[in-house]
Amino acid sequence: MPGRSDDPLYCGVDVGASSTKLVLLDQDREVRGRSIRRSGVDYAATARACLDEAIDAAGAEAGQVRRTVSTGYGRRNVEFADDARTELHCHGVGCYHYFPTAITIVDIGCQDNKIIRLNENGRRVDFKMNRKCAAGTGAFLEEIALRLDIDPDQLEQLASSTKEAVRLNSFCTVFASTEILSHLRRGEPLAGLIRGAFASVVNRVAEMDRLSGEVVLTGGVVAHNPTTAEIFADKIDGEVKVPPHPQFTGALGAALTALAQEEKNA
Amino acid sequence: MSQEKSAIKKIRATGAMREVMAEYFAELDEAAKTGSEKIAWCTSVGPAELLRSFGFLVYFPENHGALLGATRMAADLIPAATAAGYSPEICSYLTSDVGSYLSKTTPLTRAFGMESVPKADVLVYNTNQCRDVQDWLGFYEREWGVPMLGIQTPRSVGDLSDAIVGGLIEQHKALIPHLEEISGRKFDIDRLREVMASSHRCTQLWREVLRLATHRPSPITFFDCTIHMGPAVVLRGEERAERYYDVLVAELEERIADGVGAVDDERLRFYWEGMPVWGKLRDHAEQFAGHRACVVASTYCNSWIFDALACTDPFEGMARAYTEIFIVRSEEFKQGYMESMVRDYAIDGIIFHDAKTCPNNSNNRYGLPLRLREQIGTPFVVIDGDLNDLRLYSEEQARTQFEALVEQLQEQPI
Repeated sequence: MPGRSDDPLYCGVDVGASSTKLVLLDQDREVRGRSIRRSGVDYAATARACLDEAIDAAGAEAGQVRRTVSTGYGRRNVEFADDARTELHCHGVGCYHYFPTAITIVDIGCQDNKIIRLNENGRRVDFKMNRKCAAGTGAFLEEIALRLDIDPDQLEQLASSTKEAVRLNSFCTVFASTEILSHLRRGEPLAGLIRGAFASVVNRVAEMDRLSGEVVLTGGVVAHNPTTAEIFADKIDGEVKVPPHPQFTGALGAALTALAQEEKNA
Repeated sequence: MSQEKSAIKKIRATGAMREVMAEYFAELDEAAKTGSEKIAWCTSVGPAELLRSFGFLVYFPENHGALLGATRMAADLIPAATAAGYSPEICSYLTSDVGSYLSKTTPLTRAFGMESVPKADVLVYNTNQCRDVQDWLGFYEREWGVPMLGIQTPRSVGDLSDAIVGGLIEQHKALIPHLEEISGRKFDIDRLREVMASSHRCTQLWREVLRLATHRPSPITFFDCTIHMGPAVVLRGEERAERYYDVLVAELEERIADGVGAVDDERLRFYWEGMPVWGKLRDHAEQFAGHRACVVASTYCNSWIFDALACTDPFEGMARAYTEIFIVRSEEFKQGYMESMVRDYAIDGIIFHDAKTCPNNSNNRYGLPLRLREQIGTPFVVIDGDLNDLRLYSEEQARTQFEALVEQLQEQPI
C-alpha cells in the first residue's frame, strides 16, 4: 500500500558475499519495499541499484529515506549508509521482530553460517560463525548444481520429490562433489543425491553448536530451498521456524536498527 | 556500530629495543662469518642459559619465524618447503623458515644487513612446545651435518611431579659432555648460576611489563608486547636485556602516572589466547583501538615468565621453568590459569586464535572456551587463522567476529 510522499522511510541493506538485499520500512515497522541483486564486484553500485529499485517498489521518493544502516561483508562499501552493524546484530534484530522470545537463530548464507542465541529480551547471549570453509553453506549447493549442470532453482524441486537421501560422507565441498559423481556412476537417483546434499548442509551447520530452545532458520539457502527447514527439523527432532522472506532478515534487522536509532536520537 | 580509525601510540623505548636487537644480530653475523665465537641454535623455551654458560652465542629460529610472519614473507616461502616434502599443515614457522633457507632469502637482510641466518655449531631443542621444533632443527642437522641435542618434555602435565622434574634434570645434565666437546670449554657451574640469575632478573622485569597492563587504562597492548618481548626471548641471561626492560618499565609507569592508555578512551579489555597472526599485528592493533578496546593480556607473552629460574639448583631451575609454562600443562591447569588472568586483568572477552598449523598453541580445540564461559561467564570468539601462513586467515570473518563481540559487550541492543 503506497504511503504519503512525505512519510519517512528507514533503509537496511545487507551486502552479502553473494547477494545484496535491501528493505525499506516505514515508521510503523511495515515493509514498504525490498529488492535483491547479485552483489557482483561493485558493492557500492549494487547497493545503490537496490535502493533505487526498492524506492520504486514502495512508490516513494529518495528524499523520504531518513536513515540507512548497512550490514554484511560489504557493509563498509555502502556510501549512503549512516551506520554499519554486523550481520550477527542485524539477523538477531530481524528475527526477534518476528519471534520476540528467547531464540536460537541459524543463518545459512552463501559463504558463511551463523548461530546466534538471543535471550527473551532480544539481547544477544552468544554467537558462532562457521570456519573458513564453504562446506555447509549455499556455496556448497551452488557448486553441486554447477557440477551436475542443474539450474540451482531446480535443487529444491528435486530434493522435495523424495524422502530418501543418499548419505554423503565427505567433509569438504570439493570431495563431496566428487563423491556425488561416484554415486551417480553407481546409478543412485539424482533426487536422492540432492536431498543428501541438503542433509549434508544441515549436518555441518547443526554440528557448529548445541542447538536448544526455539530454532529460527534464516538466509538464502532456506529461502530458495525450504526443504532444508524440514530436514533441519528432523535433525534436531523439533520445530524449526522460518520468518517471512528469510533471505531478507539481515536487511530487515538493519532497517529496524536505522528506525530505532532515529527514534533514539529524536 | 562504526569503527573509528585510531592511531597506534608509539612506545619511545622501541628505538632502544631496535638497537639492542641490531647489536645482537651483528654479533651473530660476525661470529658466523669469522668463526670468532661458537653459535648454538636454541628453541625459544630451550636451555639458553646452559648454552650461554658455555660461551655460545645463541640464535633462536622461532624469532626468525616470527620475522618471516611479520614481514609477510612467509606465504611466499612456505611453498618452497612444501615442494621439499614438508606439509603445509605442519608448523608454519618451520615451513616458512625452511622455505626461507631453500630460497636463500631472509628478512634479516633488510632488517640487520645479514646475508643469511647464522650457521649453527650445535642445534638444541626442547619439545616442551611441540615435536615440530625437533623436526625443524632436524632439517638443519641434515643440511649442515652439525650435532643436534635435545630435551624431551612430557605434555599435558598437571602437577609437576618429582619424577618429571628429576627426569628433566638428568636430561639437562646429559647435554654437558656434548656441549663441552663442541664449545671446547669445561662446564662452569658458577657461570651458569650467573647467567641464570640474569635470566631470572630479565624474566621478572618482563613480568612487570605485563603486570602493568592490569592498570586501567592499560599502558601497553598485547600487540606492543609481541614486539617488545624480543629481548626477553633472545637475550635473556644477558644484562643488556635487563637494562632494556628497565627503560620500558619506566616509560610504562610514566604513562600510568599521566593517565595515558595505549588505546584512547579504553572501554573494553580483551585476552588473546594463542599465537599472534604475525602478518596482521598492525591491522589487529588498529581494529581493536578503533573499537576503543585494548587487548591487555595473553597466554603467548606470559609464556616468557620463568619464576623457577631462581631455584638454588640451576638444573632444577631450568627443568621447572621450562616445564611450568602454559603450553606444557593439562587442560585443568590451563582453565585455572585463564580464570585467574581474566580476573586479574578485568577481562571483558577472550579471543581464541585457532592457528591452523599450530595445534599446541590453539587452546580452543578441546572445549576450553565453553568450559571457561560456563565457569566464569566470559564471552569469547574463535578466529580461524595462522601464525605465519596468511593463506589460512580470513580477514573479513575475523573482523566481523571482533566487531560482533564488541557489539555484544557494549550491550546496546540497537
